[in-house]
Amino acid sequence: MTAAGAGRFEAAFAARAAGGRPGIIPYVTAGFPGPGDTAPLLLACQRAGSLAAEVGIPFSDPLADGPTIQNAGWRALEQGMTPARAISQVAQARDAGLTIPVAAMTYINPVLAMGVEAFAAACAAAGIDGVIVPDLPVEEAAGLAASLGAHGLAHIPLVAPTTPTSRVARVAATAAGFVYCVSVTGTTGARASVSPAALDLLERVRSVTALPRALGFGISRPEHVEALARHCEAVVVGSALLDAIASGGDDPGVIAERFVRELRGVGAAG
Amino acid sequence: MTTAGRFGIYGGAFVPETLVPALEELEVAMNEALADPVFIAELDGWLYDYAGRPTPLTLARRLTEACGGAEIWLKREDLVHTGAHKLNNALGQVLLARRMGKTRIIAETGAGQHGVATATVCACFGLECVVYMGREDIRRQALNVYKMGLLGAEVRPVDSGSKTLKDATNEAIRDWVTNVENTHYVIGSVVGPHPYPTLVKRFQRVIGDEARRQALQRWGELPDSVVACVGGGSNAIGIFTAFLEDEDVELLGVEAAGRGIETGEHAASLEAGRPGVLHGAYSYLLQDAHGQVRETHSISAGLDYPGVGPEHAALRDAERARYVTCTDNEALRAFHRLCRMEGIIPALESSHALAVAERRARELGPGHRVLVCLSGRGDKDIDTVRAVGGTGEEMT
Repeated sequence: MTAAGAGRFEAAFAARAAGGRPGIIPYVTAGFPGPGDTAPLLLACQRAGSLAAEVGIPFSDPLADGPTIQNAGWRALEQGMTPARAISQVAQARDAGLTIPVAAMTYINPVLAMGVEAFAAACAAAGIDGVIVPDLPVEEAAGLAASLGAHGLAHIPLVAPTTPTSRVARVAATAAGFVYCVSVTGTTGARASVSPAALDLLERVRSVTALPRALGFGISRPEHVEALARHCEAVVVGSALLDAIASGGDDPGVIAERFVRELRGVGAAG
Repeated sequence: MTTAGRFGIYGGAFVPETLVPALEELEVAMNEALADPVFIAELDGWLYDYAGRPTPLTLARRLTEACGGAEIWLKREDLVHTGAHKLNNALGQVLLARRMGKTRIIAETGAGQHGVATATVCACFGLECVVYMGREDIRRQALNVYKMGLLGAEVRPVDSGSKTLKDATNEAIRDWVTNVENTHYVIGSVVGPHPYPTLVKRFQRVIGDEARRQALQRWGELPDSVVACVGGGSNAIGIFTAFLEDEDVELLGVEAAGRGIETGEHAASLEAGRPGVLHGAYSYLLQDAHGQVRETHSISAGLDYPGVGPEHAALRDAERARYVTCTDNEALRAFHRLCRMEGIIPALESSHALAVAERRARELGPGHRVLVCLSGRGDKDIDTVRAVGGTGEEMT
């Protein structure tokens, strides 16, 4: 049993073979495609060898998200998903044997509605290890970071290609677990290739912090993951996975497990 | 928490990291431009030679007689070119964007007035202009959609959420995140992340600065009450700002009560919301218990918005301004009365302010003056009013 909270990320990244392909962090929207699918999906991601997982707590106005995650969120909200229920999905998955680190991703307003301290406490109690809030830049993040820290949880901030290196250093100083590197100027959503700006950002992050780097927004294919070997420690894959699940044809867990294995470049038995 | 860009505890900049450098760049450019007499002279030139400023102060003579109370005076922003106060801000922001070297302009619009104003200024400078507009607003504001096309802008329909102003704003922000290098986002109200509420206030305060000067010239004294409608709240901040230090002048903001606050179908954020973050600012917000933003209703597309500018939240908490509400039907009745008594067809947004001004004039009684910001003209609302029918007096 590894430590919970920020320590679980440290252990997971430390256990990863250095220099190889980045680890996979699949993103699933809580309550998508159905209210009961999230815990099984997380366990499927673990079976497929994911380094960690990210659970999106849906918000009515997701500014940083493209159409795929917007649609997944609305569908989940229409079926009655709430922040408390989303958090409890992770608790269910832990009870069923989930051991990989889990980050919750949501927007600041649902956190404020629950109360910053109550949100951090609920996340900790459910076995969530870190929190990502894409509309909370470092200037506004001190309160949440303090509450998360008090519960041993990682505050995982984002940096973007437009972030100057001096600011990257300032942001990274507030981070635990890993630094979330946004690969594009844009919203989430599958893209055809990894931009040179993303590689530049990853280098700039490495120049100011020793924390692991996870690249997200747009990563969708096994060849992206392969090309990122030695450039970053993990990739976050959300929209491409949700698109695969939405296109259906199989049980969501089966689709997710196959999808993550393909990203890892391993066969069904790997 | 930073104190920059705060109005009391409200405001701030809750945006994706990608936009933070752009907002910092905008703040620097704003401060430099506003301190540069050349920029101010250029802006004033456009306001006075193109937009048609200063706008008149008009006594609503028959309406005043009918109410039997205080005199009702109208600050005529409906006479600004393109038919609303929105052009004041669009001119300022597009001039600033040119100075910053931006080649592409985007905007959101609800009633279409801000979209038309932005498209107009982009036509003047040959700039590419994309306007995001909710599908529902496109339906009820067809005239303004057509106008934007005539002016060379591209109107992009938004089908997400409630298909109104909130969703158009989301989509404009997503466009800006994607195209931030060459694009300036002209926000149409005193909402959004810092520095927008401050920037838009600066470009709209001309309304109150003029009105205060005109009041002193005409009457030798200030109005007793200043009334303006509040959606995001830019015309209200525009007319309030000049009077903030005049403690005897009452400031009255009017939110849309839609079908009635008790029905839940309204857009009165200050009246029925609680603080939260939408579109990058912390302010009053209509939301459910879980922090999901609620759908709103107002007969007036320009007020159909679940948030409100952060400075209004601070003025309310400080009790420097008072905020009241007006239903769809009350606004429609005021609309018809202004048409028939004064020969002025007001915007449905402004009609909310008119309804409360009449109420306030009766309360204050003769010997007092109520100044109303007539923020826009009602040509765009003709289809909505025609669909309701009647003259408003038969409505309860």
